[in-house]
Amino acid sequence: MEIKVCGPGCASCEKTQKIVEAAVAAKGVDAAVVKVKDFQEIAQLGIFSTPAVVVDGQVKCVGRVPKQNEVEDWIG
Amino acid sequence: MEPLQSSGCGCTKPAASQAFTKNNGHWGKVGILTLLSFGLWLVIYNHLEPFSSYLTYSLFAVKKGSQLGDAVQFFLYDTPKVMMLLTLIVFVIGILRSFFTQERTRQYLAGKRESAGNVMAAMLGIVTPFCSCSAVPLFLGFVQAGVPLGVTFSFLIAAPMVNEIALVLLYGLLGWKVAALYLVTGLLIAMVAGWVIGRLKLETWIEDWVQELRAGEALVFERKLTWPDRIDQGKEAVRDIVGKVWVYVVAGIAVGAFIHGYVPEAFMASIMGKDAWWSVPAAVVVGIPMYSNAAGIVPVVEALLGKGAALGTVLAFMMSVIALSLPEMIILRKVLKPKLIAVFVFVVGSGIVFTGYLFNIIV
Repeated sequence: MEIKVCGPGCASCEKTQKIVEAAVAAKGVDAAVVKVKDFQEIAQLGIFSTPAVVVDGQVKCVGRVPKQNEVEDWIG
Repeated sequence: MEPLQSSGCGCTKPAASQAFTKNNGHWGKVGILTLLSFGLWLVIYNHLEPFSSYLTYSLFAVKKGSQLGDAVQFFLYDTPKVMMLLTLIVFVIGILRSFFTQERTRQYLAGKRESAGNVMAAMLGIVTPFCSCSAVPLFLGFVQAGVPLGVTFSFLIAAPMVNEIALVLLYGLLGWKVAALYLVTGLLIAMVAGWVIGRLKLETWIEDWVQELRAGEALVFERKLTWPDRIDQGKEAVRDIVGKVWVYVVAGIAVGAFIHGYVPEAFMASIMGKDAWWSVPAAVVVGIPMYSNAAGIVPVVEALLGKGAALGTVLAFMMSVIALSLPEMIILRKVLKPKLIAVFVFVVGSGIVFTGYLFNIIV
């Protein structure tokens, strides 16, 4: 499984990254968490507000920090 | 000026912490609790002044009318007053923002022409959750959706310039007239500057890759929020914002209290007074590269005013610090050619200078 965390690297993006990593650890799934910082790449995913989370090519949330239990639902 | 930050994201982000309760129940309970809290808030707020007097003059037995007494009472009254106002406003704005998303704002503005679009964009800039780090994706989204360039700029100018924390602090420390002036002129500058940039037809000064961008359909995430969800968002905003800025607020009020009691007036009058014509542009130029959050700059504003600086000069300085900043320009450089950034800074800067002079004349 591939999880993309999109954002330029500000506080809320870092928070999202941590939450996603915690969810992956809690669920014990085999997933690569990738940071996407390039704006062009982010825009091509159809994402215009950050942070955003993409699980296996599917955009799960845009413009907010998700809750850990939400992320667990997406990857479970 | 301690809270200046050279880079990174200093903005607080109520949008970032949306709570999502699946449970739609306990409607009544949340509503009643909120109402009760507000009632309690009102009662406490109305008793702050006598209570601070009691603490200062009776409990601490400081002599009434003395410099120390003035300073202590000012601090004991203003700190809880401003913190309570801040909490209330951040809570209300947090709830208000749960009704707006960047996606919806973008869709709405896409259908608007200039003029009306500039006005709407500036106002939406206040209530739409926004953080300076997402300025670039937001810009891309607006361009992609066909929002006119000038209208996009109205939004980008208003979002940082008209700040709810600055508004509350100005109200609490300097009164409602200054707060209202700040709100109205901030909006006007955003509208007019955006309109001017739109008139100049500078679309070719956007970076080429942005114009060639063929992104997929913009994704829209609509989430059904219940009132308990929205109230939760308000609470999250309070935890997030008030938790971060209270230190600056208390420090700022302490400085203000000292000035209130000890520093003679007219100290700054010679440098930042009305008579020095060059002080307004100088204040704006000094403020442009600086970046500080509103909570950090307002106490400075208060200190300058207390020492006899002219209101227009000081407001111009504050606006230029929070509306134009080096980190923001560096971020925007990724999507705008340097020429367009220069125009942006010049137009907004001129608007602020004009506002500064206007206040110095009328106040």
